[in-house]
Amino acid sequence: MTIANAKKIVAEGLTKIFPSPRGQVVALKGFSLEVEDGEFVCIVGPSGCGKSTFLRILAGLEPPTCGRCSIFPSPDSPPGKPLNNVVFQEYAIFPWKTVRDNVAFGLQMRGVSKKERLEIASEWIRRVGLTDFADCYPHELSGGMKQRVSIARAFANDPEVLLMDEPLAALDAQTRAVMQGELLRIWESDRKTVVYITHSIEEAVLLGDRVVLMTARPGTNKASFRVPFSRPRDLRLTGTAEFAQLNYRIWEALQTEVLKTMEARLA
Amino acid sequence: MSKSFSRKPGSARPAWLNIVLAVLGLAVFNGAFSLLGLWKSNWILAISVNFVLIVLVLEWLSSYIPVRRLSAYERILAFGFPVIMLAAWELLVRGGVLNPTWFPPPSRVMKALWELATEYDRFNKTSLLGRPWLIPQMYSQQGWAGVKALFGESHLWVTLMRIFSGFVAGSIPGLIVGVAMGYSRTIRCMLDPVISALYVIPKITILPLMMLIFTPFGETYKIVTVAISAFFVVLINAMAGVREIEPIYIEAARNYGATGVQLFRHVVLPAAVPMIFAGLRLALGTALIVIVAIEFVRAKSGVGYITWYYWEVLNPPKMYAGLIVIMILGIVLTYGLMAFEGVVMPWRRRREQRQVLDVPEG
Repeated sequence: MTIANAKKIVAEGLTKIFPSPRGQVVALKGFSLEVEDGEFVCIVGPSGCGKSTFLRILAGLEPPTCGRCSIFPSPDSPPGKPLNNVVFQEYAIFPWKTVRDNVAFGLQMRGVSKKERLEIASEWIRRVGLTDFADCYPHELSGGMKQRVSIARAFANDPEVLLMDEPLAALDAQTRAVMQGELLRIWESDRKTVVYITHSIEEAVLLGDRVVLMTARPGTNKASFRVPFSRPRDLRLTGTAEFAQLNYRIWEALQTEVLKTMEARLA
Repeated sequence: MSKSFSRKPGSARPAWLNIVLAVLGLAVFNGAFSLLGLWKSNWILAISVNFVLIVLVLEWLSSYIPVRRLSAYERILAFGFPVIMLAAWELLVRGGVLNPTWFPPPSRVMKALWELATEYDRFNKTSLLGRPWLIPQMYSQQGWAGVKALFGESHLWVTLMRIFSGFVAGSIPGLIVGVAMGYSRTIRCMLDPVISALYVIPKITILPLMMLIFTPFGETYKIVTVAISAFFVVLINAMAGVREIEPIYIEAARNYGATGVQLFRHVVLPAAVPMIFAGLRLALGTALIVIVAIEFVRAKSGVGYITWYYWEVLNPPKMYAGLIVIMILGIVLTYGLMAFEGVVMPWRRRREQRQVLDVPEG
């Protein structure tokens, strides 16, 4: 096994059962995933299939009912490097901290000196294009800008893997397209391992090296598609015929699961 | 035909004509009422009619105010109305409609306020403000002790100190217990029934008990009563503030490595602080109510005492003056706390430019 192909994330047979007043809800059933170092994996599934639950288990926010998952640090990682950081759908940046302090938050918690963490934060604020807003509070920012802060906070903390839980879902379509381009550009600079949850096939194909499909609830592995397009990519990719073809192939596979979800809702 | 209050093209009357008619109406109505001598027996009716006509004039007038001037216009209304009200009061008393014994005219109340602020009660050795003009003289004669003595004779200062000591002595434990109850489910389950049961007791009713425990002399029992009233309000709000933190903030903080004290200092406390301040504002209002009530019945000093004293000696103008002092005290305390809020919560400053002044009932 070479370093380039080193497994970064291994999740095996993850099952999550939530107790509820009307019995048990099986959110996730035997889901498995392996992610290589430096790979950008997108997980797509119908709503309510447990993809966010998987991410929360991976992030350690939730224990699995059974199964196991691990994130392996690189052998050359400095001690104290965090295993994972999450970019939440609802941004989850702190309203009581300025943009600068939000971005530096992880570093501050790790005890990085003030000078150093503010330098790193300034650099990431620059990379997400918020230099003029570094001393603003989140309520003064738009949705897209808040998500930039959230993304910068995750990158600035330099974790082994980045976990993104539908980070662009709350944005309007145009802002989302811009942010997809930005995300590609930012990611290109250090090619971190990413697990990216989304309900948009297009977004998954545009961003990911691999698209993993999940079934309707209880969520488990449906199919996996390698995305062959070369990097660096940008939004021009979305205009090509190959892009559309791959999109449709994935949609065909996903369709039955989406219909199942809709039927389950109507029942 | 549909009835509409909006100005439609071709509607019956333009607003300026309405204004002219209403102003004429005001003149005719007041003239007739005065000539016929109806004011004395029907003054409530007369005031109501005047009020309605003035509102109509101002409402119609607002349609002529350019949009960018509207906020200025509204500010004029907000400041102008109290002035009109005071003027009406003055006129009603001077015209012999209101009894000046129970409703001394504002000019008389202002005079009483001035007397109250400048006079010295030789018998009780007290004054309202502690005669600040004597500070340089007393300092040169007796040093700081002299200045302290001046403060000590001030009713306002005495009340302020009672509120402040009680407020601080009650808020800090209230904050600690409230945050603990918000944090720990176990503590909450244990304490909640007791706190809820004690919270509903009107706080002034514990005064006799406090007099029993802390002797009915001196300041201790007064301050403790104020402290207990503040304690519960602060506690309940602090608990709610901690409990209502969005779980996502806690999750995000943990995911970014915050634990224990860090989590508390960087996330729990700032997230709960708006609710905590709402509690502190309520507590301050409650403290003012309680201390005035205590001073009514048990004190020989304080703004509550002077208000009560001038009722006993039947000097209504000074009673009103005492009320004004209490009112100013309440306003100053509330705004002081709000200014403090702006310092503690800079992230709320630009968002909440308009804040409602919390005035607790009592």
